[in-house]
Amino acid sequence: MATAALTRRGMFARPRATTGWWSWVTTIDHKKIGILYGVTAFVFFLIGGVEALFIRLQLARPDGQVLDAELYNQFFTMHGITMIFMVVMPMGVALMNYFIPLMIGARDVAFPRLNAFSYWVFLFGGIFVYSSFFLGGAPDGGWFGYAPLSRTLPGHGMSYYSLGLQILGIASLAGAVNFIVTILNMRAPGMTFMRMPVFIWMSLVVSFLLLFAMPVLAVALFQLMFDRLFGGNFFNPAVGGDPLLWQHLFWVFGHPEVYILILPAMGIVSEVLPTFSRKPLFGYAAIVFAGVAIGFMGWGVWAHHMFAAGLGPVANTAFALTTMFIAVPTGIKIFNWVGTMWGGSIRLTTAFLFAVGFVAMFIIGGLSGVTHAFVPHDAQQTDTYYIVAHFHYVLFGGAIFGLFGGLYYWWPKVFGRLLGERLGKLHFWLYFIGFNLTFGPMHIVGLQGQPRRIYTYPENMGWDLWNLVMTVGAFVIAVGTLVFIVNAVLSRKRGEEAVADPWDGRTLEWTTPSPPPEYNFSDVPLVTHRDDFWHKKYARTPEGEPVRVFAGAEHADDDEHHHGIHLPSPSYFPALAALGMPFLGYGTVYKILPAMIVGAAILLLGLFGWGLEPSVEE
Amino acid sequence: MTQAIEHLPSKLAHTAHGPRAFGWWGMVWLIATEATLFAMLIASYFYLRFRSQPEWPPSSIEAPELTLPLIMSVILLSSSIPVHFAEAAIKKGSVTGLRIGLALGSLLGAIFLGLTWGIEWPEALHHFTPRTNSYGTMYFTITGFHGAHVLGGLVFSVWTQVRAWKGAFGADRHLTVQNFTMYWHFVDVVWVAVMATIYLSPHL
Repeated sequence: MATAALTRRGMFARPRATTGWWSWVTTIDHKKIGILYGVTAFVFFLIGGVEALFIRLQLARPDGQVLDAELYNQFFTMHGITMIFMVVMPMGVALMNYFIPLMIGARDVAFPRLNAFSYWVFLFGGIFVYSSFFLGGAPDGGWFGYAPLSRTLPGHGMSYYSLGLQILGIASLAGAVNFIVTILNMRAPGMTFMRMPVFIWMSLVVSFLLLFAMPVLAVALFQLMFDRLFGGNFFNPAVGGDPLLWQHLFWVFGHPEVYILILPAMGIVSEVLPTFSRKPLFGYAAIVFAGVAIGFMGWGVWAHHMFAAGLGPVANTAFALTTMFIAVPTGIKIFNWVGTMWGGSIRLTTAFLFAVGFVAMFIIGGLSGVTHAFVPHDAQQTDTYYIVAHFHYVLFGGAIFGLFGGLYYWWPKVFGRLLGERLGKLHFWLYFIGFNLTFGPMHIVGLQGQPRRIYTYPENMGWDLWNLVMTVGAFVIAVGTLVFIVNAVLSRKRGEEAVADPWDGRTLEWTTPSPPPEYNFSDVPLVTHRDDFWHKKYARTPEGEPVRVFAGAEHADDDEHHHGIHLPSPSYFPALAALGMPFLGYGTVYKILPAMIVGAAILLLGLFGWGLEPSVEE
Repeated sequence: MTQAIEHLPSKLAHTAHGPRAFGWWGMVWLIATEATLFAMLIASYFYLRFRSQPEWPPSSIEAPELTLPLIMSVILLSSSIPVHFAEAAIKKGSVTGLRIGLALGSLLGAIFLGLTWGIEWPEALHHFTPRTNSYGTMYFTITGFHGAHVLGGLVFSVWTQVRAWKGAFGADRHLTVQNFTMYWHFVDVVWVAVMATIYLSPHL
C-alpha cells in the first residue's frame, strides 16, 4: 500500500549529511532548528543593540551630531522591528522549538519540514529587511508605521517594512500551527493538560495568539503595501480612506503581540523558580488560568494605544477599564511566583537571578503600564520617554531577562556543558545595573516632557544629566552582553560537563542525556504526575520529607534498542521554498515582474518537491 | 525501516485521517487564521464605510448589480456538493467517485473564477478602479483576495486529482482529500461573507 509513496524519489537525491554546514541547511530536527533560531536571534540582538548604542550616543549630549535626523529615524525604527520581530519572538521560538517536544515527551514537532520552513523564512525575511540599509535606506516610520506618514514617506524604506514584516509573519504563522498541533496532539501518555509544564501552557497560549494576531497584521501590511505601491486608498482621507484604520488594525495585532513577547518569558520563569526553590510551583492552576485569561483579555485593550487619537470619551473609558482589568491576571502570576519562592530552599544560580530580576522589573513595568490606563494621565505620557521606559521595563527587564534566565537554565541540556556561574552572575549584575541606569531615568525625563522619536534636544531643558546617565547605562548593558559571549565561548571549550539532570529538575527534558539524542526518548515516557520527573526521583517519608529513590536519568539510553526509531529524513525543500520569499519581496518593492515570477517559481518548486518526497526515506 | 515493519506484531495502520492525523489539525488551524484574515478585511470595509461619508458607494458609483454575483454564488456554492461526494466516495474506497467529484468541483470553481475575472471585474472597471477611492480599493482587494483563494483551492484540487489518478488514495488513506475538502468548503463559506459584504450590503 505504502510502497508507491516510499519508492518514489524526489527531484534530488535525499540529503544524508549529519554533520557539517550542509546538515544544518537540510535539518528538520527540532533541536537543530531551535539552535539555528537561537543563534540567528542572538546575532540580530547584537545588531539591534548596536543600533540602540548609536541612538544613545546621539542623545548623550544636547544637539548631538553622531547621527543625522534621517539616519536616526532609520535606527530607532530598525531597533524596534529588530528587537520585536527578530529577537524576542524568535528567541522564544528557539526555546519552544527545542523544549516543547522534550517537555511533553515527543520525538519531534508535528510538522518537522514546516518547522524548517519557518526558520528559513524568518532568516530570509530578516536579511531582506536589513538589506534595505544598502539599497537606499531602511524603514524610517517607526515600528508602528503610522499612516498617513508611512504611506507617503519617500524612498523604499516603508515598502521594505510592509513586505519584510509580512515575510516574518509567515514564519510566525507556520510556527504557530506547528506548535499548536504538537502540544495538542503529541503529548506523551498520561501528560494531561493539567500536568503540562507551565512553559508548555504559555507556548500554547502564545501560539494561539500568533494564529489570530498575525493575520490582522497581515491585512494591515497588505493595505499599506497597496497604498504605497499600487495606488490604493485605504489610508487616504481625501477619497474616503482613513488613517485611523491603520491604527486600529495595528494595535488589534499589537497588543496581543505584547503578550506574545512576554508569555514565553513568564513560562520560563515558572520553570526556573520552582526548580531553584526546590518547591512545586505555587498555584499552578492559577498561573495557568491567568495566562489563558491574558490570552483572551489581550484582545480587548488595544485602543489604550490610541487614547490621544480622539476616539471619544465612551471608547476611552471602556478601554481604560479593560486595561486596568488585565493587570489582575498578571498580578495573580506575580503573587504565585513570590509564593513559590517563599520558604523554599533557594539556590542563587544565574538562571534564578534572571528569573527574580524578571519578576522585579516586570512589576515596575506593569505598574507604569497601569498608569497609562488613566486617560488624562496618558495624555501627558503619550509620545514621551515615559512610554519608552515602560515598554523597556516590560520587554527588556521582562522578556529579555526571562529569556536569558531560560538560556542559563537550559544551556547544559542543549550544549552538554554548563555556563560559568561567576561570569553568569557578573553578566546578570551588569544587566541589572545597566538596565536600570538606562531606562529608570526615562521615567523622569519622560514626565518632564522629553519626546520620543526625536533625534535631538536643545540644552537647558533639564534633561542633560539624565540622558548622559542613560547612555552610560546602555554601555554597561553592552559590557554585560560581551561577558555573556565570553562565557558562552569559554563554556564551549572548558565548561563543566553537564550531567543529564544538573539542576535536579522536575520536567521530562532532564530525563534525557545532555545533549539529547536525535530521537529524544528511546522509550516514550509514561507520565503519572505533574512535575513527573521529580516524583520519579523522590518518594516521601512518613514525615513528609522527600527521599531519593533512584539515581535519575543515568539509567536512560544504556541499551541499544533505539535502532528502529522512526524519524523523518532531512530535506532541501523547506529552505528552497523559503528562498522564494525575498525574491517576491524585492520584486514587489521595485515592481520587477520577472523577480516576482522567479520568486513564485522557486516557492512553488520547493513546495512541489516537498509534496512529492516521502517524509521518510530509507 | 522495512525490517521494523516486518517485526510488527500485527497489521497496525500506517496512515491516519480525520482528527487522528496531524495534517487534519494543521488544516483546521490554517483555516482559523485565514478566517481571521477575511474577518479583518471585512471589518476594514465596514469601518471605512461608516467612517467616511453618508453615501456608500461614494461619488455616485452605483451599488453593484446583483444578477451575475448571484449566479456566481450558485455556481461556487454548488461546487461544494461534488467535492463532498468525492470525499464520501473515497471513504468507501471508490476511487472513481473521488475522481469524478473532484473534477466536477474544480470545473465549477474554474467557471466561478472565469466569471469573476473575465466578466465581473472588467464590468466594475468601467465604473471605478482600485485607485478611484476607498470603495474601489476595498472592492478589488476583497474580491481579489477571495479569488486568489479560489485559485489556490484549484491548484490544491489539481494536485489532489493527479494523485488520485496515480492511485495514491484509498479507503484507509485519504488525508489529502479530507484536507482539500475542508479547504474548499471554507473558501465557499467565505464567499457567503464576501457576497453579503461587497454585493448585498451596499443596497441596504
